[in-house]
Amino acid sequence: MARMKFICDTERCIECNGCVTACKAEHDVPWGVNRRRVVTLNDGVPGERSISVACMHCSDAPCMAVCPVDCFYRTEEGVVLHDKDTCIGCGYCSYACPFGAPQFPSNGTFGLRGKMDKCTFCAGGPEANGSAAENEKYGRNRLAEGKLPSCAEMCSTKALLGGDGGVVADIFRTRVLARGKGSEVWGWGTAYGKPVAGNAPKATKS
Amino acid sequence: MSRAVCNGLMAGLAAMALAGCGEKPQTTTARKSDTQAWQGTAHLARADTGWAGGDREKWVLHMQSRANNQNEYTRTSLPPRAPAP
Repeated sequence: MARMKFICDTERCIECNGCVTACKAEHDVPWGVNRRRVVTLNDGVPGERSISVACMHCSDAPCMAVCPVDCFYRTEEGVVLHDKDTCIGCGYCSYACPFGAPQFPSNGTFGLRGKMDKCTFCAGGPEANGSAAENEKYGRNRLAEGKLPSCAEMCSTKALLGGDGGVVADIFRTRVLARGKGSEVWGWGTAYGKPVAGNAPKATKS
Repeated sequence: MSRAVCNGLMAGLAAMALAGCGEKPQTTTARKSDTQAWQGTAHLARADTGWAGGDREKWVLHMQSRANNQNEYTRTSLPPRAPAP
């Protein structure tokens, strides 16, 4: 199986924030924490673009590299997860991440920074799949339920695609070939590396 | 006799002092393994219909099929729209 990947088609994203709402509802994400968010560039200007951003589960994840307590791990499917029991909430991962994925809930009266929280690709954490402990710390484990991430499956325009990298790339390639443009995918090169020469979809930008 | 007791006490004290210089292991205690997703969930009521867990090959096929549901071109008989000239 290929790695699990996200891709957001900026030609389709309508900034409805359905993905954000789906994520928050699915995992009971606390107030002030956004595992996923929609960013709009050139807002209000003709040609503005919106993109749904969360953890990209990078091939060479900088958060894993900088974590002083080594709390990150990667699953067989390439999903980058972390252990909240080990995390000390230092925030290094937040500085290292190019997508601003790590989030920190405010705890206590003085707003102390809590344990890091981020998108899990709906794959839970190190606790037993579907257990109450896993659900409380990381939210639902949809992959173990045979489902894809809630944000992607709820996307009304199917701008946000998630799942097996090969399938997701095929879907996007079909779109690019049909409309003749759009091969420039924001975030893809940063997270997953540049495409190998010769395998890139042959599409011209209009 | 008293000298022997004194030497013994001194040796004991020295051993205790040296033991205090020992270093605790600093290996990480992070859990680097997780239950694989294909092994299924304890929350059976939430599992997708047609898949129960425990078979990696079936899980991979199931997830690929589910990912393909995101492609609306496969839901229609129409081919992808040709690019405008």
